[in-house]
Amino acid sequence: MHDPTPEAGKARHAISLTVNGTAHAVDVDPRQHLGDFLRQTLQLTGTHLGCEHGVCGACTVIVDGAPVRACLILAVQADGASVTTVEGLAGKEGALHPIQSAFRAHHGLQCGFCTPGMLTTLAAFLADNTSPTEAEVREAISGNLCRCTGYQTIVEAALSAAQTLRGEG
Amino acid sequence: MKSPQFAYHRPQSVADATALLARLENAKVLAGGQSLMPMLNMRYALPDHVVDINRIPELSGITIEGDRITIGAMTRQRDIERSDALFARAPIFREALRHVGHIQTRSRGTIGGSLCHLDPAAELPGLVRLFDGTVHVIGPGGERSIAATDWGLGYMTPAIGADEIATAITFNVWSGRRGEAFEEFARRHGDFAIAGAGVRLQLDTGGHIARVAMVLVGVDVAPVRLLEAETALVGRAPDAAAIAVAKSGLDPLDVLSDAQNSAAYRKHIAGVMLARAFRRAAQSAGAHHA
Ligand code: FES
Ligand code: FES
Repeated sequence: MHDPTPEAGKARHAISLTVNGTAHAVDVDPRQHLGDFLRQTLQLTGTHLGCEHGVCGACTVIVDGAPVRACLILAVQADGASVTTVEGLAGKEGALHPIQSAFRAHHGLQCGFCTPGMLTTLAAFLADNTSPTEAEVREAISGNLCRCTGYQTIVEAALSAAQTLRGEG
Repeated sequence: MKSPQFAYHRPQSVADATALLARLENAKVLAGGQSLMPMLNMRYALPDHVVDINRIPELSGITIEGDRITIGAMTRQRDIERSDALFARAPIFREALRHVGHIQTRSRGTIGGSLCHLDPAAELPGLVRLFDGTVHVIGPGGERSIAATDWGLGYMTPAIGADEIATAITFNVWSGRRGEAFEEFARRHGDFAIAGAGVRLQLDTGGHIARVAMVLVGVDVAPVRLLEAETALVGRAPDAAAIAVAKSGLDPLDVLSDAQNSAAYRKHIAGVMLARAFRRAAQSAGAHHA
């Protein structure tokens, strides 16, 4: 293995971004991924890290409207972005997002490890498509692993939240 | 699972990016990051410098001029999937992209990144080959245009230099009575496919094949076109006999094997995917007996 050039990695970078509506201006280590930045620097531990190489989906957050894996984007790359984490899904005074209420009603979680990623993925998906088929819901969460529920209750919760978002719930 | 340290660079223009790459030792280009970030986190990649090309606006976007399509190398896979204008001219992109990773990785992943990573099973390099596309790159020696045929030099080795970046992909679409379809088989949705097949064809007024292109992914280190079978198919009706001719294109192929999938199994899957894609492409071109 060869030695990095002396200055490699030493320079921190100033970034400013909005997380769940709050503006932050912070210096970051270039190698820190967004998931660690949220959890360690901002102490927003709702975002979970399972694999840190892009296969489990637990770390999903919404960056400028798009669901992304927080372990596969550097914090420095989120400079200027607007980020929503699971902590930011609920409305004012803690009113649950329809997908959160539906998870509660349909037992969409057991241990809860996958839940932040499921909720952010589905919140972004339902913002795009409020009339999904069951197959579309299954495809939407195909990048999120759950070792507890067997997915069935998560799919039911998503379809029920879609109904609520269409004003039929 | 933490990336090694590196110096981070964020050029604002193609000229700045290429100047950086010419100057820096052991630099890696960061496109959508959906392959490089896992490689960094697992420390398979140990660059001293990361050059992030995500803030170079001229590298993104889809342009359609007549039959000619240009896709900026940094165009996100999700934006390609969602483009209605591209869907109208080449619907196979939307179809194939649904197999590329997952929504969360397509939000960031780019077409240029997929081409430069060149996983043997990757769908987008297969489509570029299917359309006889060209990859445009730029580096210290200026601009180069590399035909899809010449893009794959070996296992995960595209014909681009370490000091070059891909700028755009161009290709032409057919019009008239045409159809296209993509099929692949993976153990789980979004996994790398065991094999996949893309077919596009154009029928003449008599319903016979005027032009056809067939590509396989996952069977070799780079996408494989079945050129001899394509030639043999011209002038035929796109019927069951034609599918047999298409599948005969697999016979001479030396197919990859790994611990899970023998070469024979992978070849079988490739043939099934090819037959399905052929049938659907023919149907969408308006053929009756496929
Ligand atoms: S922690 Fe990001 S995908 Fe698993
Ligand atoms: S609820 Fe335990 S992993 Fe999904």
